[in-house]
Amino acid sequence: MDIVFRDVEHRYQVNTPFEKRALYDIHVDIRSGSYVAVIGHTGSGKSTFLQHLNGLLQPTKGTVHLGDYTITAGKKEKQLKPLRKKVGIVFQFPEHQLFEETVEKDICFGPMNFGMKEEDAKARVREWLTLVGLSEDVRHKSPFALSGGQMRRVAIAGVLAMEPEVLVLDEPTAGLDPRGRKEMMEMFASLQQQKRMTIVLVTHSMEEAARYADEIIIMHQGTIVRRGTPEQIFRHVDDLLHLGLDVPETILFQRAIEQKFGVQFDAPCLTMEDIVQSLQMLFARVKRT
Amino acid sequence: MMNSMIIGKYVPGDSLIHRLDPRTKLIMMFIYVFIVFLANNGWTYGLLTCFTCALFVLSRIPITFMLKGLKPILWVIVFTFLLHVLLTKEGHVVFQWFGIEVYDKGIQQGAFISLRFLLLIVVTTLLTLTTTPIEVTDGMESLLSPLKKWNIPVHELALMMSISLRFIPTLMEETEKIMKAQMARGVDFSSGPLSERMKAMTALLVPLFISAFKRAEELAVAMEVRGYRGGNYRTKWRELTWKRADTVFMLLLTLLAIALCLLRS
Repeated sequence: MDIVFRDVEHRYQVNTPFEKRALYDIHVDIRSGSYVAVIGHTGSGKSTFLQHLNGLLQPTKGTVHLGDYTITAGKKEKQLKPLRKKVGIVFQFPEHQLFEETVEKDICFGPMNFGMKEEDAKARVREWLTLVGLSEDVRHKSPFALSGGQMRRVAIAGVLAMEPEVLVLDEPTAGLDPRGRKEMMEMFASLQQQKRMTIVLVTHSMEEAARYADEIIIMHQGTIVRRGTPEQIFRHVDDLLHLGLDVPETILFQRAIEQKFGVQFDAPCLTMEDIVQSLQMLFARVKRT
Repeated sequence: MMNSMIIGKYVPGDSLIHRLDPRTKLIMMFIYVFIVFLANNGWTYGLLTCFTCALFVLSRIPITFMLKGLKPILWVIVFTFLLHVLLTKEGHVVFQWFGIEVYDKGIQQGAFISLRFLLLIVVTTLLTLTTTPIEVTDGMESLLSPLKKWNIPVHELALMMSISLRFIPTLMEETEKIMKAQMARGVDFSSGPLSERMKAMTALLVPLFISAFKRAEELAVAMEVRGYRGGNYRTKWRELTWKRADTVFMLLLTLLAIALCLLRS
């Protein structure tokens, strides 16, 4: 499902003294099956942007095309339910949305809302639990008896169970320990690769964006200021620092080496592996001379 | 939906009414609620209306804001009016229509009662529009402090009140967040059969209660570790001070009460 935003603007509380423009001049194309990271400070409009992806918010100006759906400013869209099945959103701290008596029931809640039969949903709970790295013994437990990390996984399983074509993630790893973080990010990456899911990830972690995303969108004060592949984005380090954003550790390390030894690497090093490779090449060159 | 409700909303300002001591405002409102019932003829109602309008003008609250806030309760006032018009059977018949007789006393009675209702609402709204919740609780605490003699935990009650007022916006935000999360999971809060909507409400209320309880516990712990102790040992950052304006307003209200007593029939 391709996602296209054309000249989208969103204002909160229109026609009141509290009116606020949260989003403007948004032009975005997200190809089906791609992995897009959205980066920006708090208040840059990321959350507002996300909520346009399944019609929770509708633009006050412009158009949003979501697959066959077209949401135009000013027109009331009635039938949003089929759209919401196609675009699953995992909000920040999704464990706050758990409410059922058992993990199984909570995971089945979403798919059943979209018309899946109870037996069919129950039959697949194990599959969804495995997908998020939980074992089957949590199945009949109360979600509130689980640890924070496990609750987060159950909540994510509840969204994955809807089998969306697009998965929108709002800081899914906030507050998890480093290992849990890594596992979860690997899981999302494999969903994209194996199930051809489109992934839109909002994150504060430049490392995550650099490692997993095909494309990075940088938002600042309600609009998009930069767009490009991680290589393109992280080539202009000073640009990012100027916007008050962080740069991946690997890039900083690369910069330090480049300055110290007066060399220039071919491409920005987005991961640890990139660094190792670049250093190997550098050493090989030094040996030869 | 909550944007049109103005009762309980504070409008920042620096008018004479804003600067009055909250105790003055509380006492005045309390007395006003009683003396409204003294009015029973054109003169007394006129006097009350003038007094209330004067308070409103002094508060410098935009009139459009007040009118917008009164809209939701307008139908209650209209209903009261109609009830009196239709049920009072005194005085002369003004007109007849399909067997419904409307008496002049009925119209008068209806107008007076609706006006009384309106005045009460304007005055109480004026209190919350010009006084921050914190000031209201401080004022209450100070006014109720004599009750401490009978071991009534006045400070704790005031604290409870200010904490609940403080968390209303937080809870509203939380509600919106959870609603959106559940809507993304296919919940429809606004349509569908009743049984389904009840289910939708559990999906909202359970998480909301859990987070409220958790927040309460966290707040209690945070207060505990910072050594919070209520009551006699606490000093205040903002002391309430009784100024000359407060005395003047109290005197004016007393004069109003006396005038009402003399003018009523």
